[in-house]
Amino acid sequence: MNNAGAAAAGGATPAAKLVIDHLSYRYYLEREEREFLAFSDVSLTIGEGEFVCVVGPSGCGKTTLLNVVAGLLPYDEGRLTINGRTVNRPGTDRSMVFQNASLLPWRSALANVRYGMEMQRRFAGELMDRRAQELINLVGLSGFETRYPSELSGGMQQRVNLARALATDPDVLLMDEPFAALDAQTREFMQAELLKIWTQTRKTVLFITHQIDEAAFLADRIVVMGMRPGRIKQEFRVPFARPRALSLKRNPQFLALCDDIWRLIEEEAERINVIRGER
Amino acid sequence: MTSKVETVPAAAPAERPVRRRSFARRHEAAIYGTFAVVLLIAVWEFTWQMRWISPLFFSGPTAVALRFWELATTGSLLADAAYSGQNFFIGFFLALAVGVPLGVLLGWYRRLFLFCDPLVSALYAMPRIALYPLFIIWFGIGSGSKIVIVFLSAMLPILINTLAGVRNIDPDLLKAARAFCATDRQIFVTVALPYSVPFILTGVRQGVAHGLIGTIIGELFAGSEGIGYMISYAGQMFQTDTLLVGVVCTAAAGMVLTAAAERLRRRFQKWRPEHVGGQ
Ligand SMILES: Nc1ncnc2c1ncn2[C@@H]1O[C@H](COP(=O)(O)OP(=O)(O)O)[C@@H](O)[C@H]1O
Ligand SMILES: [Mg+2]
Repeated sequence: MNNAGAAAAGGATPAAKLVIDHLSYRYYLEREEREFLAFSDVSLTIGEGEFVCVVGPSGCGKTTLLNVVAGLLPYDEGRLTINGRTVNRPGTDRSMVFQNASLLPWRSALANVRYGMEMQRRFAGELMDRRAQELINLVGLSGFETRYPSELSGGMQQRVNLARALATDPDVLLMDEPFAALDAQTREFMQAELLKIWTQTRKTVLFITHQIDEAAFLADRIVVMGMRPGRIKQEFRVPFARPRALSLKRNPQFLALCDDIWRLIEEEAERINVIRGER
Repeated sequence: MTSKVETVPAAAPAERPVRRRSFARRHEAAIYGTFAVVLLIAVWEFTWQMRWISPLFFSGPTAVALRFWELATTGSLLADAAYSGQNFFIGFFLALAVGVPLGVLLGWYRRLFLFCDPLVSALYAMPRIALYPLFIIWFGIGSGSKIVIVFLSAMLPILINTLAGVRNIDPDLLKAARAFCATDRQIFVTVALPYSVPFILTGVRQGVAHGLIGTIIGELFAGSEGIGYMISYAGQMFQTDTLLVGVVCTAAAGMVLTAAAERLRRRFQKWRPEHVGGQ
């Protein structure tokens, strides 16, 4: 692992959109009266329109990293810039797709999609209605506008979650294991769907997952994180052409890439002696 | 349909008209409830007609009904009911006007909560009726002291439930709101308030019950008007039928008011999934 990041720069890199620069984050553990280093010295540059996945064993600080980038956890070590501007709190330039759908249970699907726009107060009422409907259509939920979240399946809730994030037209889309809670079939399906939607919107995406095949299927670039403390171990460029079909997952080259990444993570897990049998 | 998405779950829901739930199923609550009441009255009337009950100690349904008619047409029942009702409603609405805003404030501001918690807990845990003699000294034995005891009885459950609602807000919802740059005021209006409405209405329901207890006990204690007084006076005269008229009227008022509160609660919870326990 001492060779430099496998393919940090290959070909023409697009303009940097999101720059994470030597970022660290510490939680303060109130009961133990000490700090806990969640991740340390993370540097990562994501270009305009790039789809980057972060994988790593559970507990390595992926969610924390994403929350810091979202501005939900203020950092004090390192720097974070979007479009060249330093950010340290939530902004309209980012949208988050949460691991739990986190929808307001008393709002219909359509009203939930409107929610982010309402909070940001950047869109006129009529425009919000129109956009919300467009996004509902984009994520394939036409006909379900008036359903409450409790009346939607897990996959459909995540579609609403995604639509809500896209509705505010952010520069960067932050996604935290959005499909982790779905069954295997729905998950595959949503991955394909996400790629289709991404092709239409071309957002810059930072996507967290612990599923290697998910990362390899979706990403332009995969960042592997190690733990104790969380930090970046290695980067992989994903060479497969787009548009990608689900059949890509059976391609030997694809499987080889997954294997490489898997070995790296396994090594890491072994190193700290916490193999939890999770993939 | 302009959407090009051709995914399976994306199809609009089937338009087939669904069979409405049967009459029996829709009015299940009323049917079971009525059945229980009718059964109880039938058994009671039977034992009364068999003369197993001495009128000195108890009375029968027909005797109570007759007495009710007499008191309602020629006696003071209506005046007593009006007196009790007025005290109850004034006290209850004051409780609502103070309990809800105070509960929201205590739930929202941590320090205010820490400051008020001991007092609120003490008041909630003690039988408020123990303070009634004090209120008589302060406000006299007329309506004043009775309104105060109703107010205090009803206010605490409303306050406690409202507070619990605001304090238990799903942190995921707060996180989502923050990520979309919601201000504190927006979070308050779009998350905290709607989230606590069902809690507030549970408090209202309990407040109704406690307020009625306050009304009647206040009149049992002292004074010369109201349903409580009627009950107490009839007891001293061994007029069990009159006494039971008072009891039945109180029970009926309690049922109607709690049912109204429960209805209101359901109306605000139509987004909740239906009852999932055993039938
Ligand atoms: N609120 C918190 N307070 C203290 N420690 C936390 C908190 N959230 C997460 N952690 C710790 O930080 C580490 C990284 O957590 P997380 O970012 O959730 O990991 P991942 O998403 O990769 O599974 C874990 O060891 C976890 O115990
Ligand atoms: Mg996580």
